[in-house]
Amino acid sequence: MGASRAVVVRHVTRIEGHGNIVVDLEGDRIKRCDLEIVESPRFFEVLLQGRPYDEAPRISCRICGICSVGHATASVHAVEAALGITPGPKLRAVRRLNMAGEWLQSHILHVCFLVAPDAFGVPSIVPMVGSHPDVVKRALRLKRLANDICCTVSGRHVMPISYHAGWMGHWPERVELRALQERLIAAEEDLDALVELFAGLSWPVVERRVEHLASLEDGGAYPMMGGPLHSTSGAVTAPEAYRDALHEYLVDHSAAKHVRGTDGTIRVGALARYALAHQRLHPRAKDAAARLKLRADSANPFDYVAAQVVESVQAHQEALDLVSALLVDPAPEAPARPGRPHGGRGVGMVEVPRGTLVHDYTIGADGRIKSANCIIPTSLNLVSIEGDMRAFVPSLVGRPSPEIAHALEMLVRAYDPCVSCSVH
Amino acid sequence: MRPRVAFFSFGSCEGCQLQVLSVEDVLPELLSVVEVVNFREAMDDRGDDYDIAFVEGSLVKPDDVAELQQIRARAKILVAIGACACLGGVNAMRNRRPVTELAREVYDGRQDGVFAALPDASPLSSVVQVNYEIRGCPIDRIEFLEAVRSLIAGTVPYVPPFAVCVECTLRGTPCLLERGIPCLGSVARAGCNAVCPAYGAPCEACRGFHEVPNFEALGEAFFRHGMTRTLAAEKLQLFNNYREVREAWEQAVPSSSAT
Repeated sequence: MGASRAVVVRHVTRIEGHGNIVVDLEGDRIKRCDLEIVESPRFFEVLLQGRPYDEAPRISCRICGICSVGHATASVHAVEAALGITPGPKLRAVRRLNMAGEWLQSHILHVCFLVAPDAFGVPSIVPMVGSHPDVVKRALRLKRLANDICCTVSGRHVMPISYHAGWMGHWPERVELRALQERLIAAEEDLDALVELFAGLSWPVVERRVEHLASLEDGGAYPMMGGPLHSTSGAVTAPEAYRDALHEYLVDHSAAKHVRGTDGTIRVGALARYALAHQRLHPRAKDAAARLKLRADSANPFDYVAAQVVESVQAHQEALDLVSALLVDPAPEAPARPGRPHGGRGVGMVEVPRGTLVHDYTIGADGRIKSANCIIPTSLNLVSIEGDMRAFVPSLVGRPSPEIAHALEMLVRAYDPCVSCSVH
Repeated sequence: MRPRVAFFSFGSCEGCQLQVLSVEDVLPELLSVVEVVNFREAMDDRGDDYDIAFVEGSLVKPDDVAELQQIRARAKILVAIGACACLGGVNAMRNRRPVTELAREVYDGRQDGVFAALPDASPLSSVVQVNYEIRGCPIDRIEFLEAVRSLIAGTVPYVPPFAVCVECTLRGTPCLLERGIPCLGSVARAGCNAVCPAYGAPCEACRGFHEVPNFEALGEAFFRHGMTRTLAAEKLQLFNNYREVREAWEQAVPSSSAT
């Protein structure tokens, strides 16, 4: 029996929210290997109870600052499903544009601000302002552009405003769309440089094959606005039957629920979407994937970073295409009316930057929410993160504890966890 | 010497810290006038020696209280950022139900360890002295920059004392309340440039109330435009349900009133 030691990181940095890494070793035997989720419970599912359905996108987007557009989208989809509302094509296009903006902003924040410092051996992006000014300036420009897409559609990126079941509270105007179009065209260079930068970086390898899941929409678009839940196992589950595929349960060390798939451990997010839908990418994004040498069957969680770079190119291209299409006729669309005004149950399932997000509401005849359940992508990934930590530790045991801690932080960070969101 | 600045968060979505990171165009300049020593969401640095602490989120779990007191003891200036920190925000919506009930609905009744929660979600000022507040859900990035500028200059950050209605009028947004939409702009504190009504959603008073809110008139206006007075009280719960904030409007717009 070897000496015991503990590797503990209290509050992993450069992620959203509060999580601790706790590893207990006895020689090279792993006694404990947990990602403790110590974020505060906010009880959003209870907060939604009794509230008028029009408030749901505005309340539930407060679950998460980084993916608030994703929450508003899942929420409004759930309300529309419950009320039998079919959104029109322009409404769908405007919402997709906003999601593309959020994907771009969230992915750039993650890969450039949170992850890139690891590659350059610095504790944050701050020293890079001096050492790599071009990298920082490009990242800031792209992030600003992404934020401005969301500001144009929904008034602001954090806590979007204009979401209503069947209609938008604001339609982007021609002059705003034209300004975005110009900036999107000019940004192609920045995205190219982003791909170049990340193609030159290398990461550890932790190959561990698990089930990958993504909500694929009908019609062949890259997964974003939701549809049946597809698995690399071949299983397909309708959104409203998500409980058949995703099993939530409580563990002692996490305020966020853990989730098991049908066969065991699951992953969602950029890597899973890429595995299930890489054929659906725009040629520019496919080219980026080739330059990044991202394999469709990658089982290495560190490849989340490359997959997010690919999806940044995809989101940028989609935004440009959608803005150009809207410019042909930016006139507002008539609101879509409820086919089932007395309410019922509705499930909204969409692909947010970190993966599949579910909002499940039951709305009463009085127009108020009777019950709600939300499943967050980071919750879906927690079991996989801990499994990967376990798989990674044996290759690290010879090193000093701070190095093990740093390597495990990098692994957790690669998933881009959104911790307070996962607890909600 | 540049002031040393730290960021912390309690129960929240960390969206206000994200707004801080959204000052892209001036981030390099900002970093040249302040030294950020602690910002977990974006940096590894964990400095304990700081002049100004920006704190997001409300107090929702037992450990939060001691942790905030420690921040208060270390910081010369403590600034609450966002509705959760200033008012309790959406977190305080839960205060009308006992926490045991919430735990039963979400965590199979568990309240131990990581599931522990305080009976009430509360703003920072319920436990420590808060020097300044930057209101809003989320905070506005420009307002944040202006607050930093004021603090460096040693002046008091400006908080508009008037109603959101003033800003709607200035930007020419047609009145939502007159169209029968439950808008709180007449009692809500301005500073957001009335962005919600401009983007088709009623004001929900995420910045709290202005200096002289007339809740009784708000209830009457709701009634006049075909909505109940109760609805006004209900809307006021969204961001302003912490008990000290709640008292004034509960007297004026009783939630038990049938009309």
